[in-house]
Amino acid sequence: MNIDRRQFFKVMAAGSAVAVGASPVQARQCKALPPDAIGILYDANLCIGCKACEHACKDANDMPVSSNGPIDQAHGVVGAWDGDDDLSGRTMNKIKAYVAEGSRTDLDDPEASFIKRACMHCIDPDCISACPVSALTKDPFTGIVSYNPDACIGCRYCQLACPFNIPKFQYDKAFPQIVKCQLCAPRIAEGEIPACCDACPTGASLFGRVEDLREEGHRRLAMQPGEREEFPLNQLGGATREAEAQSYYPHLYGEKESGGTQYLMVAGVPFDKLGMPPVGEESRARLSETLQHTLYKGMVAPGLLLSGLVYAAYQHTRDERDADHADHLEREQDDD
Amino acid sequence: MTETFRPLGGKLFTRHFQFMGVLVLIAGYFLIRRFVFGIGDVSNLSDGFPWGLWITYDVVTGTAIACGGYAMALLVYVFNRGQFHPMIRAALLTSVFGYTLAGASIIVDVGRYWQLYNVFLPQYINLNSVMLEVALCVTLYTLVLWIEFSPAILEAMKANRLLRFLRHILFFFIGVGILLPTMHQSSLGSLLLIAGYKVHDLWQTTIIPLLFLITAITMGYGIVVFESLYASVNLGRKLETPLLAKISAIIPWLLIVYLVLRIGDLFVTGNIRAIAAPGPEPFLFLAEVALFLCAIIALADKHHRTRPTILFWSSLAVVLGGALYRFDAFMIAFDPGPGWHYFPAVGEMSITLGIVAFEIMAYLFFVKKTPILAAEH
Amino acid sequence: MNSHLPPLLDASTSALATTGPTPAQPLALDEHLELHGLSRRRFLQFATSITAAMGLPATMTDQVLAAVEQQAAAGPARPPVIWLHFQECTGCTESLLRATHPTVEGLILDLISLDYSETLLAAAGHQAEQALHDSLTKHQGGFVLVVEGSVPTADNGNFCKVAGKTPQQMLHEIAPHAIAAIAIGSCASWGGVQSAAPNPTGAIGLQEALNLYQITKTDGAALPVINLPGCPASPYNILSTVLYNLTLKQLPELDAQQRPKFAYGRLIHENCERRPHFDAGRFAEEFGDDGHRQGWCLYKLGCKGPETYANCPVIEFGDVGGNTWPVGIGHPCFGCAEQGVGFHKPLHEQAKNVSLTSPSIFPGIITEHPGGATLTSAAVAGAIGGGALVYALGANSKLKALEEAEAQAAAQQSSAVSDA
Repeated sequence: MNIDRRQFFKVMAAGSAVAVGASPVQARQCKALPPDAIGILYDANLCIGCKACEHACKDANDMPVSSNGPIDQAHGVVGAWDGDDDLSGRTMNKIKAYVAEGSRTDLDDPEASFIKRACMHCIDPDCISACPVSALTKDPFTGIVSYNPDACIGCRYCQLACPFNIPKFQYDKAFPQIVKCQLCAPRIAEGEIPACCDACPTGASLFGRVEDLREEGHRRLAMQPGEREEFPLNQLGGATREAEAQSYYPHLYGEKESGGTQYLMVAGVPFDKLGMPPVGEESRARLSETLQHTLYKGMVAPGLLLSGLVYAAYQHTRDERDADHADHLEREQDDD
Repeated sequence: MTETFRPLGGKLFTRHFQFMGVLVLIAGYFLIRRFVFGIGDVSNLSDGFPWGLWITYDVVTGTAIACGGYAMALLVYVFNRGQFHPMIRAALLTSVFGYTLAGASIIVDVGRYWQLYNVFLPQYINLNSVMLEVALCVTLYTLVLWIEFSPAILEAMKANRLLRFLRHILFFFIGVGILLPTMHQSSLGSLLLIAGYKVHDLWQTTIIPLLFLITAITMGYGIVVFESLYASVNLGRKLETPLLAKISAIIPWLLIVYLVLRIGDLFVTGNIRAIAAPGPEPFLFLAEVALFLCAIIALADKHHRTRPTILFWSSLAVVLGGALYRFDAFMIAFDPGPGWHYFPAVGEMSITLGIVAFEIMAYLFFVKKTPILAAEH
Repeated sequence: MNSHLPPLLDASTSALATTGPTPAQPLALDEHLELHGLSRRRFLQFATSITAAMGLPATMTDQVLAAVEQQAAAGPARPPVIWLHFQECTGCTESLLRATHPTVEGLILDLISLDYSETLLAAAGHQAEQALHDSLTKHQGGFVLVVEGSVPTADNGNFCKVAGKTPQQMLHEIAPHAIAAIAIGSCASWGGVQSAAPNPTGAIGLQEALNLYQITKTDGAALPVINLPGCPASPYNILSTVLYNLTLKQLPELDAQQRPKFAYGRLIHENCERRPHFDAGRFAEEFGDDGHRQGWCLYKLGCKGPETYANCPVIEFGDVGGNTWPVGIGHPCFGCAEQGVGFHKPLHEQAKNVSLTSPSIFPGIITEHPGGATLTSAAVAGAIGGGALVYALGANSKLKALEEAEAQAAAQQSSAVSDA
């Protein structure tokens, strides 16, 4: 018995030596921005809260209007307002308002801001790493993270994985889907720009190549408050308008967050106040994949473990097989 | 040495059994609602808490509780402790049901269940996904468990030829049947790595797969002890105290290793400072540790291990501690951000309760009608 | 126009009463109203709405009415007012005179004793200046100064002269003796159109001029200034301010720009009838397009409603009803009532907007989602837990019995062995 155990441990030790020793733990490479990556720069200082983007988004994606009880009640009308108060299975683009505690919603109040929540289109998306059936994929050229309902099994691991709580699920449907912004991929394929950027009257939602948008973002962060500046409308390289620059909080959100995102944001207030979660500069997918691929690299460790286990089981079920054999012989003799 | 296993016989439709039946019927009602009106109709699952009681209990905790077969196989076939062989079928039985029902509850939980087979289709699988590994391993292991368990059924059916064939190849399945739980019980923990900040600092760690694996094995031994005592109390079986004493002697060692890793890791990463954070989480963490410490203290004493009541409560503490660890990590200490709340809805709890009741009914059916429990000498 | 004359004459007679031998017998309010062709019922309706416009509760309508009646009956005891015109177009006075629902000017002029007004005074030339002088000496520190128009600061203010005096000379002379000042219109409030770049006259508003020339009351206290901006100022806001003062015997609450909050407390954007189109992102892209015809939001055409505080959408303008106010008839608000907006920003430049009002239609950053414990779910969970505990305790007692039985058996066995 003891000999068997010793043998087993030998095999195990050899196996782990191969698995760990031969392949030193190497973190998975950080993912790079696709060459033609496109995205959106949202400038909260330009946003006027008109929700044209929400409206256009629903139109473009054939999303149902969702009524909002409290708003209906407050305004004495029913169904006049499309009023989801958060992203949901019906809403993939939402303007939210931040007003600092105790400060009036005055014109020049720096402690107030809108924020537009939608899919961040991460460069290294956790949702894609999480999805067991590749229902979420990242376009190798545009970098758009899109969803394939034909693959999706509805496990909602993407929801758990997403640091921005973006993918939404239709809990109210018998045959539900995941709902998230796909950067109007079909429109882009036809040479148009995302509906939200198309609808935005002020250029607060600005479409463009991510690299150019980053540049534009930094240009805005460098602006002097009060100076008159040119702001592109709808998309980079298109029409512009002139407006007074307001003061920016010096941070281009999405440049580094969670490995970088293709949806970028600038605003006048710190982003934690706008409800952006405390994500680090590295995607969790990188850690998770590093761990998994270290443990299961080439299935060497599991393979060795399996052979050890099968060997041990073989050794230790000999009695049973022998008994069976004896039983068999006995029965054959009986038959005779 | 080989044991003979015999059906227990006796009346199946006891009041106990009927009560379980009622629970299953209630669950059936909610199940119909879930499939007609959607998941939101019966559950409190939300975009913030996409995983609730069903995943936390039915899958994550349920399969850990169903690790009896895995833990015993490890003991009998790897460490060659043949004296535990009489207990292996009963342990396998709970494993078979635990895993099968975990699989069934996944069908309830996933939104697009009619496409579940996509996890087996090469054009869809994503090798980066921890979920994929869990899904494949759990499915495969459930199959392997049925193969491992099939001698009991085949014996009842008197299919001797098939039985003999099976006995010759069973060692391979035993080997696979140990590898697979090792992989996925650890990966159930790894599932949480990608959730990052949403999992409380006291639970989020890179060694979470190891912690899940150790607790799963420990819970496996705990449940074997618990189940044997259950059989003694409810089915009039003789107490197997000497065997249970030996099994339970393993538990403190595993728990000590676990606690050293768990707490040591918290100190190494500095996350231990979260213990001073406000909220219920530090207390939950301490409750887990306390349950395990109770089990360690109770079972460390050789004389205690021969007393069925102490075995009963300490095995319960092990199972509850492991379950609490899983509940905390997946549900209670899971925080997707402000504004999100989760407490299982009545429908959700009813479905889970129905699944557990069904498991107990199936257990009773099998031990009474098929040769699961070793014949008493 | 003729219908307006009697009260004017009435007012001016009272103004001249200081010089004339017999003051005119004050008429009862009802008689006044009849004179203006206004029924008592219409007047009551008006009193109710003007009470609401002042931001006072409807239950105060009676008080407002009483104040009006009392004041109208008071005759010469009515508060004396000196109304100065600086750099302006007299549009504010004109719009006041042309208000017809009811004849606001009649009401106002019945409520006050207009001792001096270059536009309305029946007297002219030296006679008028005499009235001013008399009023000043008679009402030292007891009159209300109304200023219409901006104060030129360039070239010693030579751009504007009345009776050979520049506005700053007049202010030096008159303002210290006033009890309070009302700056009517955007010009008096902060310079108005004359202050638009390049502002050749160096036009500034009344408050700024008082600050600049360090003009205070005779006792050294600051002269309270109420700004009623607008181009022109809404006559109803003038009336409301006067009525507020008469009813409550205090100045209305002012905002940071010294505007009465009841009239300038909310953005035009907040009460605009086109607001739902804004909230749905429906904008007129250019004048005359489909959206414009359908009454969509004028934001993209440069509407300054989102940065201008005024009650125009509520009380409208021009006094002909039927949604007549700039935005109502299809032109973007140009922000006349807001310093730095009207006459300063390009007409069709998009407004700056960080107004989060009305807040009810914007979800906050943190959205509360349902999903917490309910009484039922907690009860069910408790029942499950309790049931499990009861079951475990039951199992424990059975186990204990078994344990004891086994121990006994073992003891018997050992005693049997020892017996043997």
